[in-house]
Amino acid sequence: MQQLLNPETLIGALLIIGVVAAFLYGRGLAISRAQLTTDGARAHSLPSYHGYFSAWIVALFASGMIAFWVTFSGAAPNFVFAILMFCALALSFSIINRLLTPTFRARNHVERFIGGALMICSGVAVLTTFGIVLSLVFESLQFFKHVPILDFLTGLHWSPQTALREDQIGQSGSFGAVPIFTGTFMITAVAIFIAGPIGLLIAVYLSEYANKRTRAIVKPMVEILAGVPTIVYGFFALLTVGPAIRNFAEGFGFSVPTQSAIAAGSVMGVMIIPFISSLSDDVINAVPQTLRDASFALGATQSETMTKVIFPAALPGIIGAFLLAISRAIGETMIVVMAAGRAANLTGNPFEAVTTVTVQIVALLTGDQEFDSAKTLSAFALGLVLFVFTLVLNVIALLIVRRYRERYE
Amino acid sequence: MSAMAKTSIHQTDLARKRLARRKAKEKRFRYAGVTAVVIAMVMLGWLVVSLVGTGYTAFFQHYLTITVTLDENILDPNGARDADQLRKANYRKIIQQALYARFPEVTYRRSKRALFQIISASGATNHVRKMVYQDPNLVGRELTIVVPVSDDVDQFLKGYIDRKAPEELRRVSDQQIAWVDQLVTSGELVRKFNWRFFTAADSRDPELAGIAGAVVGSIMALGVAFFLSVPIGVGAAVYLEEFAPKNRLTDFIEININNLAAVPSIVFGLLGLAVFLNFFGLPRSAPLVGGMVLGLMTLPTIIIATRSALRAVSPSIIDGALSLGASHTQAVFHHKVPLAASGILTGSIIGMAQALGETAPLLMIGMVAFVTEIPTNIMEPASALPVQIFLWSDSAERAWAERTSAAIIVLLIVLISMNAIAIFLRSRLERRW
Repeated sequence: MQQLLNPETLIGALLIIGVVAAFLYGRGLAISRAQLTTDGARAHSLPSYHGYFSAWIVALFASGMIAFWVTFSGAAPNFVFAILMFCALALSFSIINRLLTPTFRARNHVERFIGGALMICSGVAVLTTFGIVLSLVFESLQFFKHVPILDFLTGLHWSPQTALREDQIGQSGSFGAVPIFTGTFMITAVAIFIAGPIGLLIAVYLSEYANKRTRAIVKPMVEILAGVPTIVYGFFALLTVGPAIRNFAEGFGFSVPTQSAIAAGSVMGVMIIPFISSLSDDVINAVPQTLRDASFALGATQSETMTKVIFPAALPGIIGAFLLAISRAIGETMIVVMAAGRAANLTGNPFEAVTTVTVQIVALLTGDQEFDSAKTLSAFALGLVLFVFTLVLNVIALLIVRRYRERYE
Repeated sequence: MSAMAKTSIHQTDLARKRLARRKAKEKRFRYAGVTAVVIAMVMLGWLVVSLVGTGYTAFFQHYLTITVTLDENILDPNGARDADQLRKANYRKIIQQALYARFPEVTYRRSKRALFQIISASGATNHVRKMVYQDPNLVGRELTIVVPVSDDVDQFLKGYIDRKAPEELRRVSDQQIAWVDQLVTSGELVRKFNWRFFTAADSRDPELAGIAGAVVGSIMALGVAFFLSVPIGVGAAVYLEEFAPKNRLTDFIEININNLAAVPSIVFGLLGLAVFLNFFGLPRSAPLVGGMVLGLMTLPTIIIATRSALRAVSPSIIDGALSLGASHTQAVFHHKVPLAASGILTGSIIGMAQALGETAPLLMIGMVAFVTEIPTNIMEPASALPVQIFLWSDSAERAWAERTSAAIIVLLIVLISMNAIAIFLRSRLERRW
């Protein structure tokens, strides 16, 4: 009850009541005035449009007044605002009363308003992008005040912990991101090495060999792999795949840690199989049937047609599919957080634990947070690199795919 | 001359060999395709089997039925029955005494401690405290309670601790095994369905931990995400598809949305951290912020799904409406959007399913808090189901691995149901022209 009586809920309820009342008032006014005209003139808009128009006017005045109240609250006693609010409402109702004649083009106004509201909706998507770019760039600039951008992009040593003593080496932490980048690329490479051939072969099989029934079963089954949450893959890598690889390697006398690039990469590879297979499937299906027919007419087998005719024709699209998969793999977080490790090793050995951009962002931003430290800000710099890199990959991939589609349309 | 004419170049040995080679290659290629499909299916199967195999036992839990005497001298020496005293009274001692009374032969201090370790200490004390607190008249009486056993004993009874292993390598001692065996044969220790897993929030003790808090957090965050992304997404899609003029600006918006769909989810988390938490000062760990981040993340999915649903509606519908005198807006909102509703709904459900499984952005905005209460509003700190899974997966004990897998099973079942509903709706409501 206490909660229901606070000023915010009260004002909110009054606003809703006012808007509904305005709608009913406007609609009723339109009906009664249309009935009064006896010279055969009919109302331009349906009564409900008059209602919507009135509701909109009242909402506009009331919310404007509330905004005014919130910004200048304290400058005058509250009852002054309340009186002003009342005046604003009275004004809006008198405007409605004046405007709503049967000839008033209420529908056109309401439709213009709807158009504006829809435009604002699509503006949110643009705003989100701006928000991402601005926040990443702003925080990264703060970071580059502490650490020069070149040191960040070319340094070979990453240990963001701020030192306790003055004389320790790299007392403000050292922020050379190269080991992180190499780790990211290694895991991505392992993933593509696994998902590339498998995904491509599945696409070929589904588009060229499988009959309709097999396709109807297999395609959704493969796509389930893309619907499994990444946290589930991460736990699978941690619980099953990592230990399995360790035991397998021990059988050959190697020692591999449970968290390794190969464990994270191979599970990530399984995750991105459907990205490659679905996109390649689309691309292969888009190759005109005439090319196939021509190849078969010359006596080529299906596999020869595939490898020598369709594959070259579909190559740009397939490259696009791979780029999209790579971008997906680079941005993937939970699998690597759980299965790849956190130590920044500069190594070329996939059987060692490496770290990635996303793992470091998570490591830097979970737990203690002081927002101005170079440690926290470096996460945004890594985020900026990640964003720019995936964006470039996507743009290139989309351009390639679009150009490829146009060629055969 | 005539003999040579009979053998065409296709029937020489060389040609036959070549043909055989080509056919073999064809076969190999085909098998490679089948193998790839099989590998993908085997990985999916392995994933499911390993998770279900580890997790299904968490849906059961062993409980001990024990009679405790609510001794007034321990609980309420003053006899005042005031709430404060009843809250902080020594319930631990009550439980210990009940256990020692059940096994009077145990006298050594060390054995007594081992005996007490077979049940979930905080589970039992909290249970008795709650009952006494609700009904102070119970003090002085006897009370039969059913309490969960400790996680080690539970794992032992589920067969994950080998009783033949050397004692020092086991988490359960020989003595404890003897007591447990005795309690099992007498029927005091039984296996029941683990309701607590679905009704409790997180806990430090695996035998007491449940997913209810995380599920409620997820539902709240998804609710916020739904009310944010579906109206805005549908609005944006209708605008771009029906109202937008063809110019540079709309081209830009369109490219923007396509790119937004491919932005890594963790970047949305960074956006939430920088804008919602640091700039607007919204509370950390709150489902409100989590839902806003997830909502922005699903926005492109919903826009793209809605646009394709709108495109699938036959243009003759619009033409018909316009020819009967409807305005363009009326034609769109009265006819086209309702006909596209099933597609929009399907897209929204799939978008929400994606948001439900998403973890990384929630980590960024601090929804990794250890929360032992079920949240009651969207401004309170909460966890979410995938984040709960992430938190539990960090713990090494077997009982946690079991519960992590069980939580994953629940998550997967919910996701499968959401997708099944989406597929069902699509097949049921979809119209073709």
